[in-house]
Amino acid sequence: MSVVEQTPKPYSRDWLLSDRPTSRQQARLGRAYVIWRRFAENRLALLGLGIIILLLLVAAFADVLAPHNPVQGDLMNARLLPPGSAGYWLGTDDQGRDILSRLIHGSRLTLMVIVLVAVIAAPIGLIVGTVSGYAGGWIDAILMRITDIFLAFPKLVLALALVAALGPGIENAILAIAVTSWPPYARIARAETLTFRNSEFISAVKLMGASPFRIVLRHVMPLCLSSLIVRVTLDMAGIILTAAGLGFLGLGAQPPLPEWGAMIASGRRFILDQWWVAAMPGFAILIVSLGFNLLGDGLRDALDPKEAGQ
Amino acid sequence: MTSHPSGPLLTVDDLRVTFPTRTGEVQAVRGVSFTLGRERLGIVGESGSGKSQTGRAIMGLTPGHAKITASKLEFDGIDLLKATPKQRRDLRGKRIGMILQDPKYSLNPVMTIGKQIIETLLAHEKLSRSQARTRALEMLEAVQIRDPERVFGLYPNEVSGGMGQRVMIAMMLICGPEMLIADEPTSALDVTVQLDVLSILDKLVVERGMGLVFISHDLRLVSSFCDRVIVMYAGRIVEELPSADLAQAKHPYTQGLLNCLPTIGTDRHPLPVLERKAEWSA
Amino acid sequence: MTLTDTTAATRRKRSRSSSTGKAIFRFLVTVVTTFLGLLAVTFFIGRVIPIDPALAIVGDRAPAHVVERVREQLGLNLPLYQQFYFYVRDALTGNFGTSVLTTNPVMDDIRRVFPATMELATIGTIFGALFGIPLGVLAAVKRGSIADQIVRVVGLIGYSVPIFWLGLLSLVLFYAKLRWVAYPGRLDIVYEYTFTPITGFFLFDSLVQGQWDVFWDAFRHIILPGALLGYFSLAYISRMTRSFMLNELQQEYIVAARAKGLSETRIIWFHALRNAGVPLITVIALSYAGLLEGSVLTETIFSWPGLGLYITNSLQNADMNAVLGGTIIVGSVFIAINLLSDLLYRTLDPRTRSR
Repeated sequence: MSVVEQTPKPYSRDWLLSDRPTSRQQARLGRAYVIWRRFAENRLALLGLGIIILLLLVAAFADVLAPHNPVQGDLMNARLLPPGSAGYWLGTDDQGRDILSRLIHGSRLTLMVIVLVAVIAAPIGLIVGTVSGYAGGWIDAILMRITDIFLAFPKLVLALALVAALGPGIENAILAIAVTSWPPYARIARAETLTFRNSEFISAVKLMGASPFRIVLRHVMPLCLSSLIVRVTLDMAGIILTAAGLGFLGLGAQPPLPEWGAMIASGRRFILDQWWVAAMPGFAILIVSLGFNLLGDGLRDALDPKEAGQ
Repeated sequence: MTSHPSGPLLTVDDLRVTFPTRTGEVQAVRGVSFTLGRERLGIVGESGSGKSQTGRAIMGLTPGHAKITASKLEFDGIDLLKATPKQRRDLRGKRIGMILQDPKYSLNPVMTIGKQIIETLLAHEKLSRSQARTRALEMLEAVQIRDPERVFGLYPNEVSGGMGQRVMIAMMLICGPEMLIADEPTSALDVTVQLDVLSILDKLVVERGMGLVFISHDLRLVSSFCDRVIVMYAGRIVEELPSADLAQAKHPYTQGLLNCLPTIGTDRHPLPVLERKAEWSA
Repeated sequence: MTLTDTTAATRRKRSRSSSTGKAIFRFLVTVVTTFLGLLAVTFFIGRVIPIDPALAIVGDRAPAHVVERVREQLGLNLPLYQQFYFYVRDALTGNFGTSVLTTNPVMDDIRRVFPATMELATIGTIFGALFGIPLGVLAAVKRGSIADQIVRVVGLIGYSVPIFWLGLLSLVLFYAKLRWVAYPGRLDIVYEYTFTPITGFFLFDSLVQGQWDVFWDAFRHIILPGALLGYFSLAYISRMTRSFMLNELQQEYIVAARAKGLSETRIIWFHALRNAGVPLITVIALSYAGLLEGSVLTETIFSWPGLGLYITNSLQNADMNAVLGGTIIVGSVFIAINLLSDLLYRTLDPRTRSR
């Protein structure tokens, strides 16, 4: 008689790692758990995740966390106070506004920019890439030519020109950045689609009578998602830096909104003696970008160990 | 070349190669022992039997994180385990040579063939460039490459597989090593080219009186080419015998391998299947 | 044996020449379509987006007859595709209109300022390659060690820090507090009248003319922005070098090289790095292109009179002709470098040479 197997308790570690899952959910959760384990071994990746969670929390609870009003400052008494002054941990700017509060509220703007750019650029790239890869032929040729043309453009300069034409404002900045960001996602989606296009499970679905539209939407697109997510996360830092650059030039969020790039620009005038006005927002940008880079690196290593050179 | 020593060229006693992996340690080679004189020894086994790792351990080419232990690992009286990295490096190429499997991957793609051959020479001997070039051309002729001057200036991707493997042989034998380890030297080649390369190898080994370790998965090839055969399974030696006596193999795994060789004229229904017993990998 | 070898080799030679012809044709088509695409995008930005392109160019305080004249010049009454035709024709002849700010033709302005940006990008790339490649090799060879971690973190910070902020802080430290470097611009005013540039690369021009004091002054001006851009270049180059080297060190030819008894140093630098060298060259070219773009913000901080400062100044003054002209030039150089590096990769790699 064969050895009697103990069925593991649901949601326990053994259940997740079992190589004979009894339900789709168990298989899915098991895979996610393995990926999480690989990710969690990388301490820098965990640090990145921590930073991003912190960003989300700060943005969500900005009203509660910020000690002062970010747009209305105490011009009379609190102008250009250094960090460590009573009640103003990071100092104040030339309009008497608390820099810490401005940074906290500015995180909302940063988050808004990232989310909107991702929500606009990634789906465009995904659709263009999967359609191009799946359809092939002249559709593929034309779409890829357009993608390559956009890929070859300098992103910051083009975003600059776009915002110059559209007029300054955070919505235009988001649009401009999104327009220059989608091509890499199209390339990735297309590459992934090409690897699956001729596989047997696609043929099987075709035999069942699925329309190309349904095949692309429900079968091909989900498979591209993991590479796309990694790429989007890695691009986040670049998007933040571009947005900050636009803000620095006065093309992003307009005053008195506490956009981090614009804060650096307005603090530039007093950089010699009141260095903190321009320095603090830069640290915020640095930390958040670093967080996304660490997170993206960790995700990439966890999802594809071959890349990590394991 | 040094005069022939008395006693075996290579002594291996209880060699163990262990790789640390995420799920624990994996023992690729588990207590292999044999000696080699100026003769031809074949090591046969399937993928994962540890035969390649044995060869690499002797050369000192195992990946860095692996652990190699043995109660004895000696070449011509030199204790390889106690030798410094520099001493082992001096042995490689000069006194022990190694031929790898696929010249498509084992030759440096951005260096000309001539440069790669000369490199071995200049690493071990003090020669001028022209002297080295002459030696290299001689060596190319010795492996029966008919237009050595032209091939000298070619890149590895510009020559065929058979020629590439002959270049590899030239590259590794040019300093006149006493022992050669051939790790699947013909497995990547077409059958007709295999015989050519093997005959060149045969001639050179005989001419120079070298000891040869021939690693392969092809039992018939090894038995026809070598004097002695070692059969490996799951990191252990399961049989060792002269190739002439192969038909009297005692271990069931070797017998299974022999049964897999097709013969003309006999009816073999049902086809024999290679049996694996758990106790062989214990 | 040899007969079959030579037949195969000549067959390869013949197919190589015909595929090179096709490859050149495909390359040219790519070049043309990409440039046309760039012009189409800038045309869209300049003519289609603004409600009144003429107003966008001259500003809303210009008198009516000026606006009307510009409208005529632009041919705004013509259908769009005709406008685009004239636009492309003008761009190809270098006619980007006139700058409202300087009243010069934009092309003349650009010709004046572009060498400054190129010099900066060149210094930055040299710095980045000189330090980035060895650091990447070190990180790959000593993988997992402290050195590897440090190189990776330094690189990651380079990917995460806003360049204009770092420039600002470094200026405060090295100029305001330490007085080690010079600022602003490329030369002290004193030298602007005694020095005649030849190529526009001040370091080179002053050396060639034997003007050591000018050279030293130019050096003191370029060292900080150059090092800053160099740091960004280093982050990218070291990361890619590490990645390429890790890939190469796993290959079989490295095992064979060790079997030959070569020293580890020789294997790393002459075998692994040489193989990594071809994609590395394209990485360096792409880094240069990236620095041209990065200079836009750096020049603002350092008041470096290059193309970047020109574009941002024009931006602040709503000088659309200048902004778009600059964009086209930066874009064109960017595209050219990208395409050329692609071509370079294909021709330099012996593996891809005979296909």
